[in-house]
Amino acid sequence: METLNYLNDGHGLASWLLTKDHKRIAILYLISITGFFAIGGFFAMLVRLELLTPAGDLLSAETYNKVFTMHGVVMVFFFLIPSIPAVLGNFMVPIMIGAKDLAFPRINLLSWYIYILGGLFTLTAALSGGVDTGWTFYTPYSTAAANSHVITAALGIFITGFSSILTGLNFIVTIHRMRAPGMTWFRLPLFIWAHYATSLIMILGTPVVAITILMVAAERALHLGIFDPALGGDPVLFQHLFWFYSHPAVYIMILPAMGVVSEIIQAFSRKNIFGYSFIAFSSLAIAVIGFLVWGHHLFVAGQSVYAGMLFSILSFVVAIPSAIKVFNWTATIYKGSVSFDSPMLYAAGFIGLFTIGGLTGLFLAAMGLDIHVHDTYFVVAHFHYIMVGGAIMGYLGGLHYWWPKITGRLYSEPWARVAAVIVFIGFNLTFFPQFVAGYLGMPRRYHAYPPEFQVLNVLSSAGASILAVGYLIPFTYFAYSLFKGEKADNDPWGARGLEWEIPSPPPTENFTVSPIVTEGTHQYVHPSQEAKLA
Amino acid sequence: MSAGHVAPKSLYYSVFLALLIGTALTVAVAFVDLGAMNNVAMLTIACVKALLVILFFMHVRWGTRLTWVVVASGFFWLLILFSQTMSDFATRGWIAGTLK
Amino acid sequence: MLKGHAEHFPGSIHQPPLASNVDAIQPGVHIEHPHHPKLQHHFDDMGQQAEASTLGMWVFLVTEIMFFGGLFMAYLLYRWQSPAAFQEASAHLSIGWGGFNTAVLIFSSLTMALAVRAAQTSESSRTQVGWILITMFLGVVFLGVKAIEYTEKFRDHIVPGPYFDATKWEHPAGVEMFYSLYFCMTGLHALHMIIGLGIMTWLAIMASKRTFNAEYYTPVEVAGLYWHFVDIVWIFLFPLLYLIGRHYHHG
Repeated sequence: METLNYLNDGHGLASWLLTKDHKRIAILYLISITGFFAIGGFFAMLVRLELLTPAGDLLSAETYNKVFTMHGVVMVFFFLIPSIPAVLGNFMVPIMIGAKDLAFPRINLLSWYIYILGGLFTLTAALSGGVDTGWTFYTPYSTAAANSHVITAALGIFITGFSSILTGLNFIVTIHRMRAPGMTWFRLPLFIWAHYATSLIMILGTPVVAITILMVAAERALHLGIFDPALGGDPVLFQHLFWFYSHPAVYIMILPAMGVVSEIIQAFSRKNIFGYSFIAFSSLAIAVIGFLVWGHHLFVAGQSVYAGMLFSILSFVVAIPSAIKVFNWTATIYKGSVSFDSPMLYAAGFIGLFTIGGLTGLFLAAMGLDIHVHDTYFVVAHFHYIMVGGAIMGYLGGLHYWWPKITGRLYSEPWARVAAVIVFIGFNLTFFPQFVAGYLGMPRRYHAYPPEFQVLNVLSSAGASILAVGYLIPFTYFAYSLFKGEKADNDPWGARGLEWEIPSPPPTENFTVSPIVTEGTHQYVHPSQEAKLA
Repeated sequence: MSAGHVAPKSLYYSVFLALLIGTALTVAVAFVDLGAMNNVAMLTIACVKALLVILFFMHVRWGTRLTWVVVASGFFWLLILFSQTMSDFATRGWIAGTLK
Repeated sequence: MLKGHAEHFPGSIHQPPLASNVDAIQPGVHIEHPHHPKLQHHFDDMGQQAEASTLGMWVFLVTEIMFFGGLFMAYLLYRWQSPAAFQEASAHLSIGWGGFNTAVLIFSSLTMALAVRAAQTSESSRTQVGWILITMFLGVVFLGVKAIEYTEKFRDHIVPGPYFDATKWEHPAGVEMFYSLYFCMTGLHALHMIIGLGIMTWLAIMASKRTFNAEYYTPVEVAGLYWHFVDIVWIFLFPLLYLIGRHYHHG
């Protein structure tokens, strides 16, 4: 008889669509987020195809504008921001703190439905002709000149914002109030600290972009011209309000991945994290300081030079907690007993690629340099190194690491390693040439470019096709594992943490008896020490 | 679960009265020319009224420290938005030739 | 290193050791234990549930602070940039209606606080429902006044957009901007009031069924927090919109 777990506890569509189980909701998110990733990837493919040749010959300028806009909107709002928190966070947060579920299970389900509704609005905007404002919706173009699908897209993003807010709200209350007895703050896994910090950003930042995007829709639909220059409205105000959220948003995208990396490198170095409290406090520092730097997106927008100086200095400061993390991760791996299973490949890739992305961010934080590279491919490469080389690698690493726990099945490790390497190679080939192209002056968001940039663009597009292959391979072995994979037991990796002490897949209520925690979860024992303890 | 702190009705009536007085005061002060102090007075009265509602009607006076921190951080974050955005608009033109 | 069988690690981080063998999990068996019918099973006790719910509403209210905050930011900037225009526009609003509405909302906060207190002290459902209904009535009065004010604006061609009558004003652009903000801010506030009335309706129905008492009154408390927040927003909206530079005009 098959053992009862959350997957077979209740059958039929209704038991999934009306579930209150955080684990099932995580699966619902997993499926929908994968769908949106495919859509965003499709738009990326169109971009890279167009840019194979200098002439704008595949797509008209207007269509190209719509394509990169939809790529950005879908990837940012419907893939990157929810990905780790809504899938891995939803699944793991209650288990890691020893709780039976999140504080508000029905609100959790509601957040998924809101996400889907927002997605439908945005896809409607795309299918009825698309929006060409860029994912940044700058006024006055978005309010006065662009097509009317702006309203639909804006509403879609507005609605989805509430999904983010509710997820963050749920995590904050859960982490404060639902920890098992003995699970003090400094015994929490770093994955939890990362999600707590992320949730703070979701709560404090998302509402501002929500009202801003609503104002854009109101200006179009109701003639309430808050950004209308004819009424004295200031487009730079829009930029301030937009980036007040959208800069911290990038920390929503990266902090959870950092949490995943902290978990993975401990497990696969068989060593406790070096500098636990430094990493924990760094997560909070990134969340807080991240709210103070948004003006670095406005350096050439007409912003005051003095304000620019302030934002510039703060942008340098915000790099420090991230650097602290990189140093601590490196110190953790040093003299560890390292095994390069696929999760570790992704985590190691993260550390290297995130470092490059972060360092190039400092280029952009310097006002003088930013004047040269603003709106060039340098910026595009910078944020893709963080978002793709960082966040997506973190997501894939976490997906691999916890796949046995989530599904109760083992996937093909050899194929996973092959895919990870292909992703790494494809990623670098895609985006490194873009640093060069940008520095040499190729502007972003152009469908045609001077011929001297063609070689770099061809390299980039070639890399993109390799990257695409690397992303497709996991589909195959993950799907295969669901049907033919070897069954996993509680702890196939030999890792530590409450999630590894319950069955794979977990029972619906996670724990039959509430665990009483007596020490920190990260109690790895180096193999050389194991003999002494046995 | 035992009931949280139960405030006496008289406290609620007092707060209510204070809020009404505050409203009358803010209207009255608006008609007196205090120059720049008009804005200060108006905001102060509004903040005091809001504080009364938060502390007594919303029970934060007898709430946990966490509740305090949550409320305070909400308003603090608003101040970040206001001050850093105004730091741009208010300092335009401080460097000669850069005023748009 | 990926393998199907777990190794034994010394020193489990918790005790008692969790059942990792599947026999311990009995499918379909709910062990009967006495608990309040409103206790949701992922909580340990009513106290934890109440604390979580209250904290959750406060976190939500923080998002509301930031949500309205974006509009206040726009207001702050444009008033600072166009003080004369804002003054001219504000003078056209009726202090009578605005002041009356402020008093109405403050009164409704009192009645809401008394409704929470009634539940807290296990007063009769009639008393509880009574206070909730009075609160709702005051909310409707508020919205009625707003409807009157909005109608006047439409009638006088003060609503921004194609029908805005620019000829009436000394600073038409700034005045139209003020009223764009006026309609956005008071409109958003009114929307929150309407949602609040919906919440109150549900609350009144629950209260009439004797759901709330000293042991369980969290929904009333949490609804109260929302209602008071909407009141606080108006406490700021009233002077910022209605009382700009009144000392330059008379009445």
